[in-house]
Amino acid sequence: MLKALENISAIYANPTRFMALAAKLHAPLWGLAALCLAYGLYRVAYVPDDYQQGATVKIMFVHVPAAWMALFGYSFIFVVSGTALVFRHPLGHVAARAAAPVGAVFTLIALVTGSLWGQPIWGTWWVWDARLTSVLVLFFIYLGYIALWQAIDEPTRAARAAALLAIVGFINVPIVKFSVDWWNTLHQPASVSRLARPALHADFLYPLLIMGVGFLLLFLALTLTRMQMEILRQKLRRRS
Amino acid sequence: MTLCAAHIKLAWRGGQTVLAVSFLFIAVTLLPFGLGPELKLLRALAPGLLWVVLAISLLTTLDKLFQADFEDGTLDRLRLLPLAFEAALLAKLSGHSLALVLPLILSVPLAGLLLNIDGALLPLLLAAMLCGAPALVMLGGIGAGLAVSVRRGGLLTVLIAMPFYVPVLIFGAAASQAALSDGTSIWPYLGILAALSAATILLAPFAIAAALRAAQD
Repeated sequence: MLKALENISAIYANPTRFMALAAKLHAPLWGLAALCLAYGLYRVAYVPDDYQQGATVKIMFVHVPAAWMALFGYSFIFVVSGTALVFRHPLGHVAARAAAPVGAVFTLIALVTGSLWGQPIWGTWWVWDARLTSVLVLFFIYLGYIALWQAIDEPTRAARAAALLAIVGFINVPIVKFSVDWWNTLHQPASVSRLARPALHADFLYPLLIMGVGFLLLFLALTLTRMQMEILRQKLRRRS
Repeated sequence: MTLCAAHIKLAWRGGQTVLAVSFLFIAVTLLPFGLGPELKLLRALAPGLLWVVLAISLLTTLDKLFQADFEDGTLDRLRLLPLAFEAALLAKLSGHSLALVLPLILSVPLAGLLLNIDGALLPLLLAAMLCGAPALVMLGGIGAGLAVSVRRGGLLTVLIAMPFYVPVLIFGAAASQAALSDGTSIWPYLGILAALSAATILLAPFAIAAALRAAQD
């Protein structure tokens, strides 16, 4: 299994081979993402209103998958950066660079939709709740990571520095998360705890999962497209 | 040791220590203009404000940490020393702490007076800052190391390092809170701050060394 994975990854270390594969995957991945999101939204449209929250509960179907992608995106960057540093796999850096703005935008979507949801339900745009705060910090980590990529002109230097930051950040994220959770429980006993909410009814759960898969496919499609662009950009740079 | 002393001497001679401390006081002076001169309010907010001001003042010193040595080739020389690069960096970071961060912490009592801080709180605040500051220096050092090849990378360093300052500020402020209102023991907080510092002192030099090597090669 591991050996097979190694072989596959070795084959696609060649950018031309990867580009050929990406060209084949590109259309089906986007199509699948579109289908899944369309079906998910169709299901969401028929979700019954919540007895307390009314129609605003539908924000959840964008908010929660976006938050999942925010975390998935950073884990993805960590894994591919680690692969790039340890195995010197050239595509790892490309993938990490391509995924960063995608993850950052999903994080922003989670924050904004959370804020829009919070206004009618909690009566305020923002509370310093542990979850909100740690997602905000994650957003800043994304921004620092993207800024580092952009600030260093020399591509291999930028790649190594960014990969290091991804790894340092990944070690730090749980510490930040833990301390923020702890901080919030000290200062603000769970007045707006979303964990106290009863488990999701199936009517809500299935559309949510479909949307989650849709968001994941969208994330992968966007990242793949950006990887193709990045490789083309590198080719152009070498030529000029 | 020599490295550490050299860094201290340079910081003094370049007037950086004076600049950093002045920055801290100017920031503290601006606070009452923003918050109003109400002494009671300032007293309540003082410990938290001082932590934030200390963190920001510390962040402003970071771009001096490796930049000049990187540009004039001193860092390349350090790698050739019969000494682990990580250890040399740790010496530099200690020099930075003694030359710039310690004076910043020592000016906190005076800055606290300006904010009408509870005098009984000062020793605790100083202790907490001494426990937590090494972590701030080490995390900032990672930011400075990653941004070293960027000209005028000061703001980038700040953007990289700041999110990682959250835990130190949380437990630093919690220590003052515990002393002020809860009446709970402050030792756990000081312990966590010291633990954060110890962990970063142990791990950060490797990250910084890797970052600087990446910038040099």
